[in-house]
Amino acid sequence: MKSLKTYAVLYLIFLYAPIFLLPLFAFNSSTIIAFPLESFTTEWFTQLLTLSEMHGALLNSLKIAVTSAVLATTLGIFAAMAVSRYSFPGQKGIMGFIMLPLVLPEIIVAVSLLIVILRMGFDTGAWSVIAGHTLICTPFAIAILQSAFAALDPSLEEAAYDLGETPASTFRLVTLPLVMPGIISALLISFTISMDEFIIAFFLTGAEPTLPVYLFSMLRFPKLLPAVMALGTILVVLSILLITIAEFFRRRGAKRTGNDTGGFL
Amino acid sequence: MTADKPLISLQNVNKHYGDYHALRSINLDIKQGEFFSLLGPSGCGKTTLLRTIAGFEDYDTGAVMISDRDMRGVPANKRPTNMVFQSYAIFPHLSVIENVAFGLRKSKMSKTDKMLAAEAALEMVGLKGYGHRAAHALSGGQRQRVALARALVLKPKVLLLDEPLSALDRKMREQMQVELIKLQREVGITFILVTHDQEEALVMSDRIAVMFEGEIAQCDDPEILYRKPNSKRVADFIGVMNFLPATVRKEGETYLATIAGLGETEITEAQCPGGVPLQNDNGGEATVGFRPETLTLLYEGQTATHREAPAVVDEVVYYGDMTYYDVRFEGVEKPVRISMRNIFGRDVLGVGTQVRVSWSPGALVVFDQSA
Amino acid sequence: MAASDRIRRFFRTEQGIGMLLVSPTALYALLLLAVPLIAIFVISFWTQTGVRDFDTAFTLANYKEALTDPLYRQLMLRSLMVSGLVTLITVVLAFPIAYFVSFGVKPEHKSLWIFLITIPFWTSYLIRVFLWKVILGYNGVLNSGLKLVGLIDEPLSFILYNVNAVIITLAHAYAPFAILPIFVALEKIDRSLLEASRDLGESRTMTFLRVTLPLAAPGVVAAVLIVFIPTIGDYVTPRLVGGPGGLMIANMIQTQFLRLNNAPLGATLAVLAMLIVAVIAVAFLLLGNRAAGGKKGARK
Ligand SMILES: Nc1ncnc2c1ncn2[C@@H]1O[C@H](COP(=O)(O)OP(=O)(O)OP(=O)(O)O)[C@@H](O)[C@H]1O
Ligand SMILES: [Mg+2]
Repeated sequence: MKSLKTYAVLYLIFLYAPIFLLPLFAFNSSTIIAFPLESFTTEWFTQLLTLSEMHGALLNSLKIAVTSAVLATTLGIFAAMAVSRYSFPGQKGIMGFIMLPLVLPEIIVAVSLLIVILRMGFDTGAWSVIAGHTLICTPFAIAILQSAFAALDPSLEEAAYDLGETPASTFRLVTLPLVMPGIISALLISFTISMDEFIIAFFLTGAEPTLPVYLFSMLRFPKLLPAVMALGTILVVLSILLITIAEFFRRRGAKRTGNDTGGFL
Repeated sequence: MTADKPLISLQNVNKHYGDYHALRSINLDIKQGEFFSLLGPSGCGKTTLLRTIAGFEDYDTGAVMISDRDMRGVPANKRPTNMVFQSYAIFPHLSVIENVAFGLRKSKMSKTDKMLAAEAALEMVGLKGYGHRAAHALSGGQRQRVALARALVLKPKVLLLDEPLSALDRKMREQMQVELIKLQREVGITFILVTHDQEEALVMSDRIAVMFEGEIAQCDDPEILYRKPNSKRVADFIGVMNFLPATVRKEGETYLATIAGLGETEITEAQCPGGVPLQNDNGGEATVGFRPETLTLLYEGQTATHREAPAVVDEVVYYGDMTYYDVRFEGVEKPVRISMRNIFGRDVLGVGTQVRVSWSPGALVVFDQSA
Repeated sequence: MAASDRIRRFFRTEQGIGMLLVSPTALYALLLLAVPLIAIFVISFWTQTGVRDFDTAFTLANYKEALTDPLYRQLMLRSLMVSGLVTLITVVLAFPIAYFVSFGVKPEHKSLWIFLITIPFWTSYLIRVFLWKVILGYNGVLNSGLKLVGLIDEPLSFILYNVNAVIITLAHAYAPFAILPIFVALEKIDRSLLEASRDLGESRTMTFLRVTLPLAAPGVVAAVLIVFIPTIGDYVTPRLVGGPGGLMIANMIQTQFLRLNNAPLGATLAVLAMLIVAVIAVAFLLLGNRAAGGKKGARK
């Protein structure tokens, strides 16, 4: 076990190594991304403030991520409730299909959506990115919400019903508060996925790029690379923060309902 | 007799889960103020029956009547019944008092009245002053009391309890049994209790329905159930009963039973709760049953009050206040259990001892061999 | 009336409510996944005639081209080889980690470890891939670092803009995908089984081989599929670190759609890629099932 532990620690370092490099170069005054480091600077972060195109992309991304997260979580609630409470004909097939985007290469989702949209004579834009992101975020939302619903003792809802509540008020007074941590967690995860997603946005974004699409275009200009590092640092820190909060909520939910089933997937 | 109309009446209720016949022609009348128990082994349909009364399960045919009103189509939230769930179903996001007051949300009482009612219910179950505790910080016994208070505060006509004590340890369980009985007398509400523990049912209930495989096998008060079970399986499920093979025949107006190891004796029709097991006029195969405490080992110098039979001690189990002897009557393979109170100065007999056993024909119950 | 009544009654049953509840999500997947996938399949039999115009006459020309042109064949084979190797590397490297977290970590620390392992997965994929370019580049972190400590004089050039770089980067990106399913499978193993094996006289190693490994097999199968299927369609990694010699099929699909404006050929490549992946995945599943089933049968 000891040598295994050493291996595990090395593995974690390997996993995190690229991410650790980000702040190193984001705060390094050299315009070339290489060792040795020169001196400390926050110049690249201030440079970000001047890239007005980037601000547009950021706003666009935020808009898309919030909308996709809300849509994916709403769709996730329906599906998660259906599978954790009821059994219905074709359940396995239907759920398998809904969860398919988890393994389907994103480029397939992207080009097939693109074809349909163009074929139907529409123009791509933020809405089509939202449509694609909702599709790929929904399985993640379902995975989180399903364990939240499964952890909920069904006799709690029966008890509320027995005490005179209607199905609707039972949902509002009992179900919703108890799965709320799961819902928040699903919202945050979906938001994070949408904020970071590149390929679908690349194909479907139209004239207004999202932040990752804009970032991708920055990569072509060596002059801008330190700023990319700065932007990357901010994005990674934000992602980690959101994911940590999401995990916190997921665990609080699990603790409340009394069983922790572990990780997100 | 018409004044004594039942509060709950189930008439020929049948229910299937797919192909499985979960409730088979259930007929049951439960009176106002009764403490009624549904007793049976795991999977016999007790919970299903209880949930049918509560309105959580649909049934195929028959009728469930409460206060003479047909309950078909009446959902659980509109029925005059409340339930104490096996898992207690205490809302973990609410405090104790919020849990208890949960069902009062729609009542027309003022807010203070609701709180007062909830406080009173808490006091009734012995949880005065616990109102502001978080619900998840309660022990099993306390959760159970909260569940009771939450249901009772609505003053239902019927309180349904699904194995409410099974999650508690033995000591707590015995204490709660007594408290539940007291509580039921105090509030006068009809209780229907589901349990698979025959002792619990005997201790607590006014009447008990014994269920097997979706059917009610017998429905009587505890003493009759114990002394006059109407079938071998009911007898076997409630307490310990010895069985010996016998034949029964009719001579004139009297019935005579010849019992393996014990000989011939006269029996009455009252001793055959399931009917006299006569296959034809010449007689029939039967089984007689008798409780361990109706037999006595005779010590030196003692004489039998009724009849006696010789036997050999096969096994001795010492319980402190009691000793269980398994003895074998002459010509019978199967041992018979006898329970004897241990009296100071009287020796516990060893295995292999030749003994005389006193038995009383009046204590026998006679069953059809197959029932 | 009777029919509508029956329908109404159906939606009050357990099954009816379930169907009703799942329908918004299922409908969404139907419209935005099933319809587009069918569309891509249909278009693969068409011919592009203008920017948005197609000749909708049925033709197999695209398939003929995709299967005979050596360029496409090479890209397809390379994609298969890359994702095969990536799968092998990630799963082999992941197993000991999953084993360690499941068996060597105190229960209360397990979710922390899993959390630490999954965090990088949630950060921008684009940035992580780009960082590998920074690490592996000619003047990159690795070369400049090695030069700084004096291990090399000339930068190593075989590590960027080729298939090696693609494999390293993908193996890094998909690591958590391989660890999680194996971990879940290991967690499900009843610990008393291992004690029973030891009690029956097996060594630690033999217990691992005869009990742990067979029981972890479903997790390994899941890990293999969960890594293999998406990597074959990866676009960003070959584009950023692969160079011309490291490009994969997804890059060609993108080129057909967005640059050459030949959607039908792009669609054909996508359909072929999915078909090949599906065949391999199903074959692997069957093989895995048979191996597991056969073992069980032999041991009883
Ligand atoms: N939803 C269901 N679908 C199918 N079969 C069911 C369902 N609920 C119960 N059953 C079956 O009906 C029978 C009676 O179940 P029920 O829960 O009423 O038993 P019980 O007497 O309460 O048992 P226990 O003491 O174990 O709680 C069992 O055989 C059970 O398997
Ligand atoms: Mg039950």
